[in-house]
Amino acid sequence: MKRKGSPLTGVASIALKEAADHMTSARMHLIMMLVLLTAIGAVYAAIGQIKTTTAQDAFLFLKLFTVAKAPLPSFSSFMGFLLPLLAIALGFDAVNGEFSRRTMSRILAQPIYRDAVLFGKFLGGLMVLAIALVTLWLLMVGLGILFLGLPPSGADVARGLVYLAATLFYTGVWLALALAFSTLTRSPATSALAALSVWLIFTIFWQMITPLLASVISPINPYDPMTMLAQFHTQQALARISPAILYGETATMLLDPTSRSVGPIFMSQLQGALIGSPLPTMQSIKIIWPQIAGLIAGMLFMFTLAYVSFQRQEVRS
Amino acid sequence: MSRPVVEAVGLTKRYGASTVVDGVNLAVDEGEIVGLLGPNGAGKTTTILMLIGLTEPSAGSVRVLDLDPLRDPLAVKTQVGYLPDSVGFYDGMTGLENLRYTARLGGIDVSEIDDRIMTALQQVHLDHVANKRVGTYSRGMRQRLGLAELAMRQIRLAVLDEPTSGLDPRSTDELLDLIRAFAADGMTLLISSHMLDVVQSICTRVALFNKGKIGFMGSVEKFTNDVAGGSFQIDVAARKIDLSACVDIIPAVGAVDHRDKEHWMVSATHDVRPELARMITEHGGDLLSLQAHRASLSEAYNRFFLDIEQKEMQQ
Repeated sequence: MKRKGSPLTGVASIALKEAADHMTSARMHLIMMLVLLTAIGAVYAAIGQIKTTTAQDAFLFLKLFTVAKAPLPSFSSFMGFLLPLLAIALGFDAVNGEFSRRTMSRILAQPIYRDAVLFGKFLGGLMVLAIALVTLWLLMVGLGILFLGLPPSGADVARGLVYLAATLFYTGVWLALALAFSTLTRSPATSALAALSVWLIFTIFWQMITPLLASVISPINPYDPMTMLAQFHTQQALARISPAILYGETATMLLDPTSRSVGPIFMSQLQGALIGSPLPTMQSIKIIWPQIAGLIAGMLFMFTLAYVSFQRQEVRS
Repeated sequence: MSRPVVEAVGLTKRYGASTVVDGVNLAVDEGEIVGLLGPNGAGKTTTILMLIGLTEPSAGSVRVLDLDPLRDPLAVKTQVGYLPDSVGFYDGMTGLENLRYTARLGGIDVSEIDDRIMTALQQVHLDHVANKRVGTYSRGMRQRLGLAELAMRQIRLAVLDEPTSGLDPRSTDELLDLIRAFAADGMTLLISSHMLDVVQSICTRVALFNKGKIGFMGSVEKFTNDVAGGSFQIDVAARKIDLSACVDIIPAVGAVDHRDKEHWMVSATHDVRPELARMITEHGGDLLSLQAHRASLSEAYNRFFLDIEQKEMQQ
């Protein structure tokens, strides 16, 4: 059945209202504070480490994001761990919160399509995430310039921007996940817990589980060395279900120009390679593109799930 | 005569095996105030949601303002306002901001928005709290803010779902006055309620819902006449006579209900007090008192659903 009118009517109004709500919410302020403090801590530690160890490095600037000084992890691994929390905080009560505040039926009675509500909420959240990430990124670059006393090179900036975009897709996955849970469950507390469980599993436990799963799925035959490789491939494929792993690989490849591959490399493949020499930016992006595409696909998949479940929902609670 | 504002034919909604709304036919003309009455769970809200296109009917057709709410929902929703049961607003925003948001969603011209909101807020006497957070509003004020939203959008048909539930008598009166004012401005209104006194005082016609069907549709007077089995209830107190046995002589009398030892309730199509007095004295009884009153809507309403239950019991 063909329906008249655009499903996008009102999307901008909803997105702007959602963004304004997020920007002023205490929830967002708290988590942003946490992210900022850890980010500054990590970068500050990294600066100390860089000053003592590497004096000569073509990509000194990018080291800011990847170098870790115990006990703090590096900036990029902090982001991989904490940014999902920010995204979940923005999305976990997006839809069921409207139902429990009894505003949903009134909003749906306005001359807009249901699609606009979900699109608007997702775009609003993504907008706020983008603003937060750009702010964070500029802050880190500024800190780097201030403490290292040197400006980033063109390649540094290019790699940094692609990293920023990948980070946005990564947080988008979690925003869409939280949005999906908020349509699937009726109570905001339940959806928050569900989203946080997924976050814990994928950021902490997944790496511990995958070797076990891989050894069950493709066991090693001691007389056949190729089974070892098969098991490694299985483990890696399983690990890459987690967006956190995909993001980690993306960050490593983009922020460390000397890394060549995210998979196993044979000695024969290394023949003639200049170990330790940086790859051109485009080559790094080409290597890591499947991971970035995976993150985008994950985001779209979770959003589609939320969309289908929301469209099928009855207005009456 | 123009086409009705709302026209529903054979409207049906099923959830799995249960049929919530079962073949409802409804026609509402321009300028009418129609009350949808019935106990909770009779299918009123589901019918309303189908009329404004928020739920798809399982069968049947709806036309609102000569448009199909399923095919052309935006055009319908631009001209139709809906005030849900216990309406919710964003508590952290002021009344003004809440209305601004819906005004933008409704596509009202930005330059007009604030003027229209202030006029609407004055209409519902909320202009003095326009800049207070809705979290501080009372329940009655929220309902009035809901009406202000409808007024601001300048719609042709307003659908109010249980607008007075949970309100104190004074807020209820205020709300009813506002609804009357809306109707006087030419708005067509559909009001669902289980509170009969509300409907009695403002509705031109009522539709009685029972188990997903409309059991009666017509004016309030017609309803009391038809359903109450006579519009008069006469309270008789007498001694030394069994009224139930001999009252059949009077043709206008419908039912007799023996309340206690010397006390009866007689229903009749007109005022039969003189006939009753004559009959009682002729049969040697002592007449103690006779009181007649017209059956109210709520008596007729209770009777209507009682009758249906009794019929079902017999089957």
